[in-house]
Amino acid sequence: MLLIKGLTKRYKTGDLALHDVDLEVPAGQVMGLIGPSGAGKSTLIRCINRLVEPTAGQISLKGQEVTGLGRAALRQTRRRMGMIFQEFALVERLTVMENVLSGRLGYVGFWRSFTRRFPPADVAKAFATLDRVGLLDHVDKRADALSGGQRQRVGIARALVQDPDMLLVDEPTASLDPKTSRQIMRLICEVCAERQLAAIVNIHDVNLAQMFVQRIVGLRQGRVVFDGAAQGLTPETLTLIYGEEDWSRSIRRDDDDDALATARTLHGEPVRERLAGLT
Amino acid sequence: MPVIRTAEDGFDWRLRTPRAVLLRWVGWFALVALTVSCWQLMTADTIWSFVTDAPTQGADIVDRMMPPRWDYMAKLWWPLWDTINIATLGTLAAVIMGVPVAFLAARNTTPSVTLVRPVALLIIVSSRSINSLIWALLLVSILGPGVLAGIVAIALRSIGFIGKLLYEAIEEIDVTQVEAVTASGAGPTQVMDYAIVPQIMPAFAGITVFRWDINIRESAVVGLVGAGGLGLQLEASLNTLAWPQVSLILLVILATVLLSEWLSAKVRHAII
Repeated sequence: MLLIKGLTKRYKTGDLALHDVDLEVPAGQVMGLIGPSGAGKSTLIRCINRLVEPTAGQISLKGQEVTGLGRAALRQTRRRMGMIFQEFALVERLTVMENVLSGRLGYVGFWRSFTRRFPPADVAKAFATLDRVGLLDHVDKRADALSGGQRQRVGIARALVQDPDMLLVDEPTASLDPKTSRQIMRLICEVCAERQLAAIVNIHDVNLAQMFVQRIVGLRQGRVVFDGAAQGLTPETLTLIYGEEDWSRSIRRDDDDDALATARTLHGEPVRERLAGLT
Repeated sequence: MPVIRTAEDGFDWRLRTPRAVLLRWVGWFALVALTVSCWQLMTADTIWSFVTDAPTQGADIVDRMMPPRWDYMAKLWWPLWDTINIATLGTLAAVIMGVPVAFLAARNTTPSVTLVRPVALLIIVSSRSINSLIWALLLVSILGPGVLAGIVAIALRSIGFIGKLLYEAIEEIDVTQVEAVTASGAGPTQVMDYAIVPQIMPAFAGITVFRWDINIRESAVVGLVGAGGLGLQLEASLNTLAWPQVSLILLVILATVLLSEWLSAKVRHAII
């Protein structure tokens, strides 16, 4: 699905953010990207949809080259990559519906979007997606009237309504409480499984990553230093990614809540809590 | 280094170093010295006999102004309407011209930082550097006296005000919202419509209403040089030493400004 070859990014300041990164993400796989702050996780994600221009290397989505696309072609390719943000990045003063429909902007012309007269099929798709993420009651609210978890669901709906082939997810849970974080991660993984989307999820919480993703890639100073199954993370690999620290506790136990559930997940028995507030 | 190691191996902390304290004292002393010397300069050219009888003169003028000539009001309704129109139409024209200039001047929306932005900034600065009274003087001699000159004068002065405040608001928007809309494959105009405009809307409304409020005051003044409205009547009354009329006009201006202030506060509250 997504193929990255020799991706390198050097910022104008001279900082080398990514160095010769090779990655392949197949359809339906949720890949967790971990690494210390400044390792280049956000840069990697932004290079894929070219919010940041890569310095060198190739990126292709479903066999189509993304690097080197002209402006119009780039816009068409961006439609196929949904992006989810850390601080939700909703347009605060627009309604939930307008925010979700903004995911369709790549498909409609300027005047239709300016007058907010989207094609009925798009509106129906937006309603269906809002139903999927459990926000059908909040369609007409302004985005700034929602709670953190609800806002991130709007963010997910906005990405899904694009009909993407893959999701680029940048720290989706960094500003959420532990429970909401899990619900959001679960939702992301479920929709990826339903629609066979490839996904790259930047994440700081190693535990949370292990609970939900199948594969983990560790980035350190712009280089891939670990690539393997989520269960394959050991204190040694974490030291390789983050540096020296006592890692034994952060792999086996969860400090903030239900350690038992985490332990069960780690023993190969996935926990299926129902999503509170999601019907 | 405000942290000082004391004799018995502890630490002491001061906000400023002794050197910084001394520099601040020198700064304050220079300021006082400057004030004293300015005072001397000012008093050197003052004719004190005029100043000493100022209370008598002031009382005399107030006496002649009282009571205001209320029946003159009949002749003021039309100029008052002109004044409000000058302010409103001038603000409207300034918005139409100032908003594009603001987008061209903002670092994050300008098409070219090296070519277009300096031009937009030049427009803003030149508009702001000339008072509307001076604009009116120029325009009265170009367009002839009347309301039109007033409208154009107000508009030209307001472009800079609206342009400057709005481009600062545009530069302060949250970029992740712009990123999010861009990432969905939206075009540049759609990004502007969905990510930038909603973010600057409260600032835009506040700036516009505030400028309109200022323009009500200024449009009463531009009439002094022949650009129509209340100022024209004020000038005529002053020239003929018709003090009761002057006092009525000043009262009318005061009432109008009060009203516009109240109205703009209401509108700002409603929009934000």
